[in-house]
Amino acid sequence: MFTQYIFHFLSVMALFSAVMMLASKKPIHSVLFLTLTFFAIAGHYVLLNAQFLAVVHVIVYAGAIMVLFLFTVMLLNLNKDERSPKPMWVNIMAFIAGGMLMLTLIGIFRGYEIRSLQDPMTTQIGLVKNLGKVLYHDYLVPFELSSVLFLTAMVGAVLLGKKEQL
Amino acid sequence: MVTQIIYKTLLASFILVLSLLVAMYSTLIERKVAGWFQDRHGPNRAGPWGLLQPLADGVKLFFKEEFMPGSADKLLYILGPSLTMFVALLTSAVIPWGPDLVINGTAYPMQVADVNIGILFVFAILSIGVYGIMIGGWASNNKYALLGAVRASSQMISYELAMSLSIITIVMMTGSLSMREIVAQQQGFSWNIFYQPLGFLIFLICAFAETNRSPFDLPECETELVGGYHTEYSSMKLGFYLFAEYINMFISGAVMATLFLGGYHFPGLDKLGLSPNVFAFVSFMVLFTKITFFGFIYMWIRWTLPRFRYDQLMKLGWKSLIPLAILNVVITGVVILLNQ
Repeated sequence: MFTQYIFHFLSVMALFSAVMMLASKKPIHSVLFLTLTFFAIAGHYVLLNAQFLAVVHVIVYAGAIMVLFLFTVMLLNLNKDERSPKPMWVNIMAFIAGGMLMLTLIGIFRGYEIRSLQDPMTTQIGLVKNLGKVLYHDYLVPFELSSVLFLTAMVGAVLLGKKEQL
Repeated sequence: MVTQIIYKTLLASFILVLSLLVAMYSTLIERKVAGWFQDRHGPNRAGPWGLLQPLADGVKLFFKEEFMPGSADKLLYILGPSLTMFVALLTSAVIPWGPDLVINGTAYPMQVADVNIGILFVFAILSIGVYGIMIGGWASNNKYALLGAVRASSQMISYELAMSLSIITIVMMTGSLSMREIVAQQQGFSWNIFYQPLGFLIFLICAFAETNRSPFDLPECETELVGGYHTEYSSMKLGFYLFAEYINMFISGAVMATLFLGGYHFPGLDKLGLSPNVFAFVSFMVLFTKITFFGFIYMWIRWTLPRFRYDQLMKLGWKSLIPLAILNVVITGVVILLNQ
């Protein structure tokens, strides 16, 4: 019962801050609302008995990525609305493209049968011990490959950031 | 169940009051230590040995004029110091403050939340700690405040890396992310500092950078930035920023004592045959002494070393500490593998 109330609270918080992220005029407010959304989602993870995922979610998204976003927005000082107004056809194109994506998503989820999840309290898959076993035993190769992917992205970023020719 | 909830609430309130009291008197001790180091008396007018000085300072901060810059982002301007204070107080939840208390035959752990990912919780709090400073510095709409905030955030992000890497070795050795488990494995005199001296040193240096303490107090460097990120703050909002720094010192001392100095353990203490509650109290005092020791180190360094330049700070973080921490991880891994 109590968890239901928390679930409703978190869902409202996530949806509200996600909408506010889009609706805010100032970019900094958008960034902060997005951070709030991440916290709400981390709360959902805790409700699903996946504390490890929740904390890693906070560390990676709220703690690292959003701080960099905030950092960039602050340094560029995007606060004043200096962006040139977009021509009408851009807005129409964006509307059509977004609408098509939404139609596709609705089409996908209409035909999708919602399976009832196994109770996370009994499987305890979100706890660090079980998750570690799955990652480093069953999915070792994809896991290592994804870390190579991250390394590649990092090297690429450094290369792009270098001013002088190599 | 109800007694558990009441107990946890009492414990959390006790820790809250303790943190605030310690932070309050740290300001006095800091000034006394400064006086000692510079061969002068330090504050001694308010009460005997200046004991009422923190109260006087608090009253002064409360009654100062509340000023908000006209061009500030009002909501974020208030959110900044509140968030800093909130985050500073949050970490204490996962620290094991002592062995179990026994009341009416039931054991009550002296830890508010024994989550199985305690260390990661500390890191999560650490990584969102930068928001308060960034939001406050940006919302003030002042170039010095903004520069201070940008400095603070890049400094904290950089030193978080080395800090996490130095902790990974502890996690590898204990095989657990729970703070309680880590303390339990350091029973007697098998403290982690003897197995991980390099890790401890890296963690200590990073803790200075994370709490924005001298010699890494560049975010509020007064020779360049007036007052840094809190230039535009006055009254108790400024008080919150200054206060949060002392709470951070206290809590980071507690984390360091827990991870490296054996937490509440002291050799021979469990062989004295004390009754459980007395034992819990003595153990808590042991932990408190260790934290006080770290508090003294913070002050000692502050009044000994000059401030770093910003490029020196970044060079130290990225080019010395992170490679050393990675080396430490590799060596620990090899040793653990060989000992298996």
